[in-house]
Amino acid sequence: MKAPLSWILDLVDVPAGTTTEEITDRLTLTGLKLEAIVSPGREITGPLVIGRVLTMEPEPQKNGKTINWCTVDVGAELNAAHGTGEQSGGVGIVCGAHNFAPGDLVVTVLPGGVLPGGFEIGARKTYGHLSAGMICSARELGLGEDHDGIIVLPPDAGEPGQDVRPVLGLDEETIEFEVNPDRAYALSLRGIAREVLVSVEGASGFRDPTLRDTPAANDEGHPVVVEDAEGCPVFVARRVDGFDPAAATPDFMVQRITAAGMRPISLAVDVTNYVMLETGRPIHGYDADTLQGAIVVRRAREGEKLTTLDGTARTLDPGDLVVTDDSGIIGLGGVMGGETTEISGTTTSILVESAHWDAVSMYRTGRRHKITSEAGKRNERGVDPTICEAAADRVVELLVEHGGGTAHPGVTVVGTPPAMPVVEVAGDLAARVSGMPITEEQSVECLRAVGCDVSGSGTLSVTPPPWRPDLTDAQDFSEEVVRLVGYDKVPSVLPTPPSGRGLTRSQQLRRRVGRTLAGEGYVEVVSFPFVGEADLDALGLAADDPRRDLLRLSNPLNTEAGFMTSTLLPGILRAAGKNVGHGTTDVAIFETGTVTLPRHAGPAAILPVDRRPTDAELEALDAALPAQPLHLAVVAAGDAVAGGWWGEARPVSWSDAVDAVRSVADALGLEVTASAVELAPWHPGRCAELSVAGEVVGHAGEVHPTVCQAFGLPKRTVAAEVDLDLLIARAVHLRTAPTFSSYPVAKEDVALVVDASVPAADVETALREGAGELLESIRLFDVYTGDQVGEGKKSLAYALRFRAADRTLKEGEAAAARDAAVARAAERTGAVQRA
Amino acid sequence: MSGPNTDYDPVEVTPLKADQVEAMREAALAAIAAAADLDALKQVRLDHAGDRSPLALANREIGALPPQARKEAGQRVGQARGAVNRAIAARQTVLEAEHEERMLAEETVDVSLPTTRRRRGGRHPLTLQSELIADLFVAMGYEIAEGPVVEAEWLNFDALNLGPDHPARTMQDTFWTEPAEDHVVLRTQTSPVQARTMLTRTPPIYVVCPGRVFRTDEYDATHSPMFHQVEGLVVDKGITMAHLKGTLDHFASQLFGDDITTRFRPSYFPFTEPSAEVDVKCFVCRNIEPQSCRTCRGEGWIEWGGCGVVNPRVLVACGVDPEVYSGFAFGMGIDRSFMFRHDLEDLRPLFEGDVRFSSAFGTEI
Ligand SMILES: [Zn+2]
Repeated sequence: MKAPLSWILDLVDVPAGTTTEEITDRLTLTGLKLEAIVSPGREITGPLVIGRVLTMEPEPQKNGKTINWCTVDVGAELNAAHGTGEQSGGVGIVCGAHNFAPGDLVVTVLPGGVLPGGFEIGARKTYGHLSAGMICSARELGLGEDHDGIIVLPPDAGEPGQDVRPVLGLDEETIEFEVNPDRAYALSLRGIAREVLVSVEGASGFRDPTLRDTPAANDEGHPVVVEDAEGCPVFVARRVDGFDPAAATPDFMVQRITAAGMRPISLAVDVTNYVMLETGRPIHGYDADTLQGAIVVRRAREGEKLTTLDGTARTLDPGDLVVTDDSGIIGLGGVMGGETTEISGTTTSILVESAHWDAVSMYRTGRRHKITSEAGKRNERGVDPTICEAAADRVVELLVEHGGGTAHPGVTVVGTPPAMPVVEVAGDLAARVSGMPITEEQSVECLRAVGCDVSGSGTLSVTPPPWRPDLTDAQDFSEEVVRLVGYDKVPSVLPTPPSGRGLTRSQQLRRRVGRTLAGEGYVEVVSFPFVGEADLDALGLAADDPRRDLLRLSNPLNTEAGFMTSTLLPGILRAAGKNVGHGTTDVAIFETGTVTLPRHAGPAAILPVDRRPTDAELEALDAALPAQPLHLAVVAAGDAVAGGWWGEARPVSWSDAVDAVRSVADALGLEVTASAVELAPWHPGRCAELSVAGEVVGHAGEVHPTVCQAFGLPKRTVAAEVDLDLLIARAVHLRTAPTFSSYPVAKEDVALVVDASVPAADVETALREGAGELLESIRLFDVYTGDQVGEGKKSLAYALRFRAADRTLKEGEAAAARDAAVARAAERTGAVQRA
Repeated sequence: MSGPNTDYDPVEVTPLKADQVEAMREAALAAIAAAADLDALKQVRLDHAGDRSPLALANREIGALPPQARKEAGQRVGQARGAVNRAIAARQTVLEAEHEERMLAEETVDVSLPTTRRRRGGRHPLTLQSELIADLFVAMGYEIAEGPVVEAEWLNFDALNLGPDHPARTMQDTFWTEPAEDHVVLRTQTSPVQARTMLTRTPPIYVVCPGRVFRTDEYDATHSPMFHQVEGLVVDKGITMAHLKGTLDHFASQLFGDDITTRFRPSYFPFTEPSAEVDVKCFVCRNIEPQSCRTCRGEGWIEWGGCGVVNPRVLVACGVDPEVYSGFAFGMGIDRSFMFRHDLEDLRPLFEGDVRFSSAFGTEI
């Protein structure tokens, strides 16, 4: 809400010498937050004066334009200071506009002046003349967009040479407030002035613009029938006849409406807006001559249509409140009028509608039709229902005063304002809520100050004022008291929580996972979880891949990323690609985040709020949400170990991706087994399915070259994605302390030749089983393929260590165990020991 | 050297003569001293202390002496041999030390060579900021509560006193999901976690909930459709705004520095009543001559978040008896806190995944 200071001070007095900042500081502390103090002339410095055009000579130019070479009288002193002698009785100014004539008073900026945007004015040679300044348009002064011509001041504006700032209201300060939804009353000067009254020390003399004698209702007014009194509890209609449609809006009104952020349109419209700003009550004006028969207010019927003022043809909803006459629907009540009864440039009779509308209906209609308007903003937040007659009367008054019409004696008033509820509020509630020693007397005083009616003691019976529909609960009144006592006076006291249990195990382990990967050289990234089908195509996912089952957003910011992702890979691959694009060609990153896996389990119910839902209801609520497991993804590209004086670089390999997961699993006390699988987006021959205790937890390997290309990554980029929730759930909590044998170790090496397709993990498993309990460890130290083992074969060389817990192994014992291991491997995998 | 030895012994052995032994000893010691390296000393040892060395040969002759002369000769030769062996050992030690010194000198490297073979990892600054905040509250006895980001509309709005027609619903530009009748949203705040906490725990409740939230804000320097919030919730007997103020003052001083306090301004949130905006005193200028301060833009205070006393309606919907318990709640942007704590003006680097950004913060902030 933007409120001109002069307007506020029309309605309330502050002690002499109170600065604007003092007023806004206090209002901020009591809940009307200052956004900005602006004045249109803030950026204008230097001589800006009234000038009288003495002569103007049109001079056509080569470029097709015609300029006016003018003599402008800016007062004797300035004429002398800035005149060049070329003209007499004034200064010479070149002007491109034509909307003025000799004798007119104009706004003149002289050399040394600075206009908004830092535009410095000097005497300059232009179109063959020395132009000593400029005749200003509204836009040049920052007073609006009107650039059709220069400003022509009224003949009584003042004398040449006089400062034009006060005439144009350039120094008028406008305060912009942030108005919270519970303070709809502050969307009016009336409300803001009232806040000044209760907030600013020494403020007094509040002049409520709605406190006025209004003519009593009679039968002579325009007939109105309200069929839905809940939707429209009060409907007031007044009429002005003989209105001059050409009458201009007075300057003060134009300035105030403009300062408040609205656009002046015509006197009739400007008056309704002015009164809305002043009182908070939106007003609608009809061209009375276009109305046919009685006005009827009702809900719309299915399929009814209306073209609103903005030219949009709308199909109405049975929830919409409409204003009708014999011709049909003429307006969307409280939200926007219709075209057929719109006030036009020929309107001479105006019917003024000042009605109170149900806020919820207003909100719904506004949302349904996507209409945001100054009227709607107020109606949907709640307007004082008791001021309909006063606001209508004020409109009639201003229309008559400035538009030359006469007030029709008819006064239509249908309905009565709904009564405000009486709320029981404990006298000590404000003290209990705030922790401040606020007495009941103080509370009562504060509540009365904001307009409440208070009676009783101990338990107070409080009736909020009609402009405060937000005050419904006892606790709401405590805020009114505390804000007036002062939020700045709330003491600072630490509560004493019971002993906490610290981080949960899962929270600790997630930190451990992050630290482990950082220790392994991976940098954490955070990506948005939005994806599009094209991203999944880029991953090369098959049509039936379960990861294509996505939760769709109704209103994505970007239609190409209209879903919640089911995999972290698109985001992290994109991030890796960006790094490579920025020249970080050796990159290793990781990300943890939840993914969204729809369960298609039906709706999440809207439960009641007047009680705790049952456990069954809560369970059903959770079951209706998608599964959202926490995933971990890593991507690495380029070199894992840089080259340098120490030797060659080592490029990343599929095994780095597997090892990243293994390092995480190690940190959690888990062992990961890998087996070959074909799965997008990985290389079909270089993808590992990773399992823990037989359960698949994720995948790792080299990214398919096509996918690499799609994400701007080099070939051989590697990636992994695992379900971190699964890993964490399986993490070993209490690890058993190990015991070591102090007897000597016996080492045996074996080299086994197997078919190239036999997984090394299978050979190792067989060796372990066959070796028996004396086997302490086994390590694959070489893999060889080539001539010496033959086509389609590979040689796996293992170092086996044997040791007994309680004795030194006897001669031959280790060898026997080794032979048993080899025998088992031969039996399981066809392995043949190499000579 | 030979000559008649009439007055002493008929069998006279030349090598055992005192001056002879002395000469052998001198020769040996001279050779030892002259040995320049371990190889030379090895030869000296063979020549002067080996089986064929003059002193060893002299020693063999002792047996040929008359008994009364053996003792003296034995002593003489033994002393000489002892002296030679000690000298060799001493020289050996010196030469070994010299050798080692030389060898080490030869192994000198350029220690200024680069050493980083592997990339350094790092954690995301927002993760670190969240953990830091969580730790501050855990230290006070709070626990960390969590909930899903794809959330039921009822928990994100209705349970928090944001009914279907509440104007404040449009203030939080919500991502809705399809089908619309499923009533599922991307949570616009971490407040549904507070509701979940009250629904599943009994007071006293002292929790903070850090997490990701979503709003349909176009992505620019100061807006992001995804950002991070931390909310706190306390429900206990006799909780007041004063406890809220005390907690946030403590939080502010822990996060931004000693004596950094907060300021409350009345505000509106459906889930709290009374509600307040929280400003934190600028930790750069400390509100002392803030005019030229870039961090607070001359205000002396920085907008930090929102807070208030839990609205009894929320307590009721979440199964807490408002006659017995009261509570407070607060919420701050983690990203925002990070941005002004670390002088970051544009938030986008937080979500761009550029490793140069995250690496700068290492694993702890
Ligand atoms: Zn500052």
